[in-house]
Amino acid sequence: MANFGNSGYYALLGIFFLFGLLLGIGAYITSWILRARGAKTDMKISPYECGEETSGPTYIQFNARYYVWALIFLIFDVETLFILPWALVYRTFQPMMLALTEMAVFLLILLVGLMYAWKKGVLRWN
Amino acid sequence: MTLIELTIKIVEWVQALAAARGIDPSWAGFAAEVAIMCVLGGIVLAMVSVAGMLLIWMERKVSAHMQSRIGPNRVGPFGLFQSVADAVKLLLKEDISPRGKDLISFWLAPMLISVPAVMSFACFPYHKGWIPIDLDLGLLYLMAIGSAAVIIIFMAGYGSNNKYSMLGGMRTIAQIITYEIPAVLAVTAVVMTTGSLKMSTIVDAQSQVWNIFSVWGLIAFIIYIICATAETNRTPFDLPEAESELVAGYHTEYTGMKFALFFVAEYTNMVVVSAIASAVFLGGYYGPFGLGGASPVWMLLKVIAMIYLMMWFRWTFPRLRIDQMMMFGWKVLLPISFANIVLVGIWMAFKTLGQ
Repeated sequence: MANFGNSGYYALLGIFFLFGLLLGIGAYITSWILRARGAKTDMKISPYECGEETSGPTYIQFNARYYVWALIFLIFDVETLFILPWALVYRTFQPMMLALTEMAVFLLILLVGLMYAWKKGVLRWN
Repeated sequence: MTLIELTIKIVEWVQALAAARGIDPSWAGFAAEVAIMCVLGGIVLAMVSVAGMLLIWMERKVSAHMQSRIGPNRVGPFGLFQSVADAVKLLLKEDISPRGKDLISFWLAPMLISVPAVMSFACFPYHKGWIPIDLDLGLLYLMAIGSAAVIIIFMAGYGSNNKYSMLGGMRTIAQIITYEIPAVLAVTAVVMTTGSLKMSTIVDAQSQVWNIFSVWGLIAFIIYIICATAETNRTPFDLPEAESELVAGYHTEYTGMKFALFFVAEYTNMVVVSAIASAVFLGGYYGPFGLGGASPVWMLLKVIAMIYLMMWFRWTFPRLRIDQMMMFGWKVLLPISFANIVLVGIWMAFKTLGQ
């Protein structure tokens, strides 16, 4: 847009963020005005767990598997960030074969990492 | 006239008007641009809510059709106002929140859940030159904002003080982080051939031949649509809200309008992923093989077709088990998407060598 620089584009996204919030806030206010109100009985506000009484705290420890997935995700997510700039310039990069070979080597190293995780049984869920 | 030309014209007009009255023209121009963005934001907001309601109706009609039923047909023509009636019903419902909830997470999650969808709508190519905000990093932005929903869904699961919700939230994280990587790698193939992340450039590069009409494009499209189904938590990947295991997953404890917000967000997210798929792989606003020229009708048709495809998935595939789902993501989709990138690289290198 005319008055905004390139970074101003991102500032304009803030307006859309506010409009996104507006949808939620508008719905909250409308329902707060219109909704039915009843007594909050003890039974009503108990967590719904198929009619059983809740036993023990909800905020249990995470299963350790999730951490391992998260770690692998982190590696590959950073790696996609490395691939994107390469992909952007690949079309015009000369010599092209050099760029291709380097990326192939990079992907191969990552693939070896994936194979290692695979072999170690990290990717198995049991 | 494109959107930017129109904006510049309005801003110049406002600046001239301000200068004539002795107001600082640069300030008036700034205010005019913010006002234009607010109008666009309002249009997007209207689109999001109407699209959400229409798609809920469409889902029920398509489901009914697939199961040889009639579906909603009482409220309005073809039952079109059924969603409106449902929305009014949900508005009037009592608001119940569970004991021992985490107040901030529980309240913020439904409020924030539609924000990523609305923010994505700002970056869609609706028509040639008609993109509200045409970012240089448009595609990356769309992928990033799409996966931000995972935090909000986990907030809902965490805040509810319910074990089913908590499990649903954990599963969402595992699922979305698994399927995000193949999705990004799939669109990377398109970035390589186009050499840009700007949505308008990506679509304009497909004015004659869509990206899907090539071996790598088809592979990338299939990977992307599988990942998109997983990221919107739809069957066969609806483990976070699997009704036979987790009641309703992360939104078990939500009632009334809060529940409706989650429901609308699910359908607007479908629009988001369908719009990305049609812009990146199916030529956006261009007809097939340069036929029909550029028209927003093409975009609309493609988005509806993609949504229909996802609804079709729902009644075709049974739900995966969590281990099958994770296995499929890491051991099948990830290696294939790596191989696809190398394939595109080799294809492009040979094309340049041939010239």
